[in-house]
Amino acid sequence: MSKGSRFFQNFFIVLVFLFLYIPIVMVVIFSFNTSQMNIVWEGFTPRWYGTFFQNRSLMEALWLSLYIAVVSTAIATVIGTLGAVGLKRFEFRGKHFIDQLLYIPVVIPEVVLGVALLCIFSALKIELGVTTIILSHVTFCIPFVVMNVRARIAGFDKSLEEAAQDLGANGIQTFFKVTLPLIMPGVTSGAMLSFSLSLDDVIISFFVTGPGSTTLPLKIFSMVKTGVTPEVNALSTIIMFVVIIGISIRAGIQVKELRKKAV
Amino acid sequence: MKEKRKKRKIDPAFLVMVGPVSGWMLLLVLVPFLYIFVISFMHRSAYGGVKPGFTLENILQVFNPDYLQVFGVSIGYAAITTILCILIGYPFAYFVAKKTPVKKTVIMALVMVPFMISSLIRLFAWINLLRREGIINQALLALGVIHKPLQLVYNNVGAVIGLTYTLLPFMILPLYSSIEKMDKSLLEASYDLGAKPAEAFLKVTLPLTMPGIFAGTIMTFIPTLGLFFVIDLMGGSKVLVMGSLIRNEFITAKDWPLGAALSLFLILVTLILVKVYQSRGGNMDELGGM
Amino acid sequence: MEDIIRIQDVCKDFGENKVVKHLNMTVRKGEFLTLLGPSGCGKTTTLRMIAGFEQPTSGTIQIEEQDMKGRKPYQREVNTVFQNYALFPHMTISENIAFGLNLKKVKKEEIKKRVAEMLDLVQLMGYENRKPDQLSGGQKQRVAIARALVNRPKVLLLDEPLGALDLKLRKQMQFELKRLQKKLGITFVYVTHDQEEALTMSDRIAVMSAGVLEQLDVPKEIYNHPASKFVADFIGESNLFYGTVSRIQEDTVSVILETGMVSVGKSAVASGEIVDISVRPENLKMSETPIPGFDCPAVVKEYVFVGNICKVMLTLPSGKEVRINQSPKLPELPAGTHVNLYWDISDAVVMSSPDNHVYQAVENAKLA
Repeated sequence: MSKGSRFFQNFFIVLVFLFLYIPIVMVVIFSFNTSQMNIVWEGFTPRWYGTFFQNRSLMEALWLSLYIAVVSTAIATVIGTLGAVGLKRFEFRGKHFIDQLLYIPVVIPEVVLGVALLCIFSALKIELGVTTIILSHVTFCIPFVVMNVRARIAGFDKSLEEAAQDLGANGIQTFFKVTLPLIMPGVTSGAMLSFSLSLDDVIISFFVTGPGSTTLPLKIFSMVKTGVTPEVNALSTIIMFVVIIGISIRAGIQVKELRKKAV
Repeated sequence: MKEKRKKRKIDPAFLVMVGPVSGWMLLLVLVPFLYIFVISFMHRSAYGGVKPGFTLENILQVFNPDYLQVFGVSIGYAAITTILCILIGYPFAYFVAKKTPVKKTVIMALVMVPFMISSLIRLFAWINLLRREGIINQALLALGVIHKPLQLVYNNVGAVIGLTYTLLPFMILPLYSSIEKMDKSLLEASYDLGAKPAEAFLKVTLPLTMPGIFAGTIMTFIPTLGLFFVIDLMGGSKVLVMGSLIRNEFITAKDWPLGAALSLFLILVTLILVKVYQSRGGNMDELGGM
Repeated sequence: MEDIIRIQDVCKDFGENKVVKHLNMTVRKGEFLTLLGPSGCGKTTTLRMIAGFEQPTSGTIQIEEQDMKGRKPYQREVNTVFQNYALFPHMTISENIAFGLNLKKVKKEEIKKRVAEMLDLVQLMGYENRKPDQLSGGQKQRVAIARALVNRPKVLLLDEPLGALDLKLRKQMQFELKRLQKKLGITFVYVTHDQEEALTMSDRIAVMSAGVLEQLDVPKEIYNHPASKFVADFIGESNLFYGTVSRIQEDTVSVILETGMVSVGKSAVASGEIVDISVRPENLKMSETPIPGFDCPAVVKEYVFVGNICKVMLTLPSGKEVRINQSPKLPELPAGTHVNLYWDISDAVVMSSPDNHVYQAVENAKLA
């Protein structure tokens, strides 16, 4: 590869990263802005990092979102992991149909899933609120867990499970001692994806939320007319750093594995 | 359902593993979608909800020229966004795939980072950047490229930027995985057989990475039709997409049957695209990977 | 000798596909028994039924007089060495070996001791804390064997364990496996499609073809007295002739071939019966002068020198090719030379042909 084309390629990669990251840099910068209106830069202050803790409605929305994300992720990860292994292991009538159903939440526009769930909750007289949000989030998270786990199972040697059974492990022991550790990277990917999808969901929550269950994205969405406050920027900055640390650990582990393989 | 058919001994592991996922999908995916279909033939109820009965009125209303125009606009946005995502995402994924394994991992992790931060917050940041007094206009003015500020947000331009920005990672991931998986020796073989780089790209790389382009298209084109909040924020009040229409019928106008009928159209578009994707040998699992 | 495994009238179908058909055989305690056959002959399925990964469609399998019906693999005192080793990639070598003992809740010190013994036995001391992907193919193979043997199974099942190794390593491992089996006195049931491997290692060989047991005997008998055309063809090289029994004398039998007449030793055949005759290349001979009792012409095609022997390719008048292995010291005849084929009558194996019942039917029809 010539020097010129390598330069061009790197330049292109950098441009894409600028496109992806400029808004994020803006969020961080404006979280230190003295202006309450948050339109033009007025001066530096760290005070928003203190005040959002006192902003009760914002904190409540944050905790609610985290609660929903943790519960939904936990349920979706358990059901999705068992499902992925089960759908691989067992042949039964209707299996193909369940597979097809799993793809629906992934490909269908969220607005359709949102109204469909709203209609069914209303028909079943389930009161809209935290419960309906969790039910909905689990619904769109399960397929992502299944697919990520399935990607791991695809490269999985079936004789490993047979070997465990041969050496005296029953079904449950085989699952926990052999199957689960081997598909763990897929489970983690699926869980991470579920958590972030749940935490960031606007559209589906928008339809299935009820009074008193405003999640953080819905809270922010409601600021569409007033504009975001620097407090929200400060909160986002903190969340972002937590996310970056999480992703760095994951990438770090992958890099370490790659280096080990290279040796 | 199907497990009962076998009256013989049922493996308890089967029930524990397949039962929950099947039950959940049947109850909260199949049933709601069937229900949407059913209520699009029912009468509206004044405060949301439906009244029993049968009418074709809602379905017929979907063909109202005002709605059809929104469908057209929606599909136009989806097409433009998808093409932009391919034009940005393909070269990006292609160049990244050439890097060393360690660099690749780091770069792809960095692509994932923004995607994990509230998309709303990032859109607000874009608005700030694109507004008339925003940094981009200020910079262009200062450089003398333009003489008066450009209208970059609250219009079509803003909507397209917002959609492209939101959906780009969904295009990059499948593209990257298909380019990365490609057997590099095939490219070498084509050079060996006398293909110039451009020919090798068109005749070998592009056809082999087509599944990735299809997967990326599914993951950008379809969501664009429904992403009303991006349009609300970046497109201003003038721009409407199908998602906005459905939202309005359900939340503002409280006409659920009509909203359901409009949703059927989105479901139809999705099914057609997915069928095309599957018939081309596309793997659905590629769509949900990370 | 005592039987350890008894397989009675076992059939296994996968849907329409009948993989094992009415299999009857026994494995004796302490022996090295090989299931030999081409791929798809049902040998691996048989092994998997003994291990418990598959349940027979019909028939019974007994291990030490106990019916194994419905017993899961983890409820059987047999262990398997898998073709691709199936080592747990997330565990170290010693964790892999200790896996079965841990499940049996054996005491910690006892496990440590037995794992160390095994590592010593398979000569892998110092590797206990490595992960499987840090080992070579041969080393992985030894771990797989150690992991199975540490449980002191009644029978060790080996499914083409050497298939993935290169030739040299394979030869060495064949020798080591045989040594281990002798030393420990454990019954081995070994699956392979490599006839040479089977002949070298086994106490007895069960040759299978298309789900049917063709012959179960000691290697020498299998080689020298194949029970069927399939066995003759599959084990070693063999020249097969096809003919009708014409005359039975005191100690020779004359058989009319398509292209002439040959003699074979006395055997249980009737006059008029259709038979297959198998002659090993090392036992087939040729002469430029007529040989009494033989009228089997052939034409020399070419000589192929392969080191210790010389292979002579000849063509029969029917176009069929036969081979003779002879000492490279013998002079070579020019291609195109007309010769007569013959053999010591004791070197020819005569088998009743599967076509015989067709012939009988035709004969009976004629009589009627």
